[in-house]
Amino acid sequence: MLEKKGTYVRIRRHLLLPKERSGGLPKDTQEVPLKMWIRGRLCEEAELFEEVSIQTASGRVVSGVLKEVEPKYKHTYGDFVDEVLQMRETILSEMWGDDDDV
Amino acid sequence: MYDIHDLNRRRNEIMQRSVAIDYSAFEFEGIGFDYDALMRSSGYTYEDIVSIQSASMVGRTPLVELKNITDYARKFAKPGMGARILVKDEATNLSGSFKARRAAISVHKAKELGYKGVIAATSGNYGAAVAALAAKHGLKCIIVQECFDSRNVAQPEILEKARACEAYGAEVIQLSVGPELFYTFLHLLDETGYFNASLYSPYGIMGIETLGYEIAEEVNRRFSRHPDVVVCTNAGGGNLTGTARGLRRYGADTTQIYAASVNLQGLHMASDHDFNRKSFTTGHTGFGIPFTTRPDRSDVPRSAARPLRYMDKYFTVNQGSVFFITEALSVLEGMERGPAGNTSLAVAFKLAQSMEKDAIIVVQETEYSGAGKHHQPQLSFAKSNHIEVKMGNPISEVPGKNIILPSSGRLLDIQEIALDSLRRSYLKHFDLKHLKEQDLRFLQEELQVKTNHLEALIASLGGVVHERTT
Repeated sequence: MLEKKGTYVRIRRHLLLPKERSGGLPKDTQEVPLKMWIRGRLCEEAELFEEVSIQTASGRVVSGVLKEVEPKYKHTYGDFVDEVLQMRETILSEMWGDDDDV
Repeated sequence: MYDIHDLNRRRNEIMQRSVAIDYSAFEFEGIGFDYDALMRSSGYTYEDIVSIQSASMVGRTPLVELKNITDYARKFAKPGMGARILVKDEATNLSGSFKARRAAISVHKAKELGYKGVIAATSGNYGAAVAALAAKHGLKCIIVQECFDSRNVAQPEILEKARACEAYGAEVIQLSVGPELFYTFLHLLDETGYFNASLYSPYGIMGIETLGYEIAEEVNRRFSRHPDVVVCTNAGGGNLTGTARGLRRYGADTTQIYAASVNLQGLHMASDHDFNRKSFTTGHTGFGIPFTTRPDRSDVPRSAARPLRYMDKYFTVNQGSVFFITEALSVLEGMERGPAGNTSLAVAFKLAQSMEKDAIIVVQETEYSGAGKHHQPQLSFAKSNHIEVKMGNPISEVPGKNIILPSSGRLLDIQEIALDSLRRSYLKHFDLKHLKEQDLRFLQEELQVKTNHLEALIASLGGVVHERTT
């Protein structure tokens, strides 16, 4: 699908290939490229995964591969974690005692 | 996209233009530099700092006595023991953390000097702080974060910080793991001509002096004494340095300054694999130890954050214990705050148990909490990265393998790092066979030691103190 010029997107580009990375890195890091993600408005119409240019919030023009259209914030409070509840119960019970009336 | 060698070659020129400080003016012959002159070079008095901050909804935060947390700690203390625990609720600053104190001064300076924008390299609260202050001053802002591993998996806490920065109108550049972030940062400074709102400039440190001063002033007003201990979460060292300088400025000369970091021993900070195996993105030993033992590894030629000059003790605490105290702060005091800022609270909770009841221990920060930036998403994220999460004795936690949440407040424990071992690590960065008188004077100030002590440290590393020329 062709995305319109001006659409807000997220792009990614490789800044350094593994062989261009600085020395002295742990092996696992040395073996992978240094990547960059950035958001902005499309400078021209384009399709997903095409090389595109965007204009960023500071007004710079940056190019990269179109990875996501109208990117949303996906971070959350995570899945239910029973240990959080266990800590809460421990703290309340050690502080105030167990509630025998319930 | 850029040439590391070219940037390295022009590094000093780019730096000088972007922080408007000629660091070479402060260099001594040999290894040292004139720290006091660097701090004075900001051109701001303490009163200027106070007025810049109060015009920006920064500072004058509440100092809250944590009566329930204190009572909870006393349950595990001997009779007559259990110091009063107070916390400086820094989450109430603009942008939700003490970092706004630092950003307020840097951004003010940028505006004053006519820069069009500011840039900061930070995955932490400082990004949101710079972005918020830049918004207030009508400046452009770019924040550079280390955020993803090579699988394109991001740390939830850093995603939340990116969201906050964007909410304040900033451009956020997110990178995968690696120290070359510094070159991206240099390249951007070069390309845009923006101001380098470094955490480690004199502005970044002077901004925190008000925090230490406010603590001393309020404790004296309410309790007619200096605080016995102030605990500072330690990463880059600026928080501790600025707070200690503020306490000294007030005259709180009996107050002990303790550093606190989350123990991430065994995890490599530049490792792609380890990146998402930690549940703290700051306030941990992965920053705290290297920045303490080599402060000038920062993003300016000479860091104004020099924690060994000010710290009296250094404690570490495990990840599980910090999550535990974060939960306790929420359910016992009604204060839901971000976990990393509570590192010092976890340490204070344990220390208070061995201090007398009328003693005062101050935890000097809190930070905002939210999606991603909370112990529940962090524990959930840890599980999804195959980290075992369980209740037990936190002392047996192995960073990167498990997180052990104390099964009782009694089990929350801390470890002390001997300052002399940190001092030795600091000294190892120098050629100890050719030190001159001026070098020794500088090292004494850097390491907060007397002549004999310094000579013993140098000798223990095989160095030689040559005959003095006086």
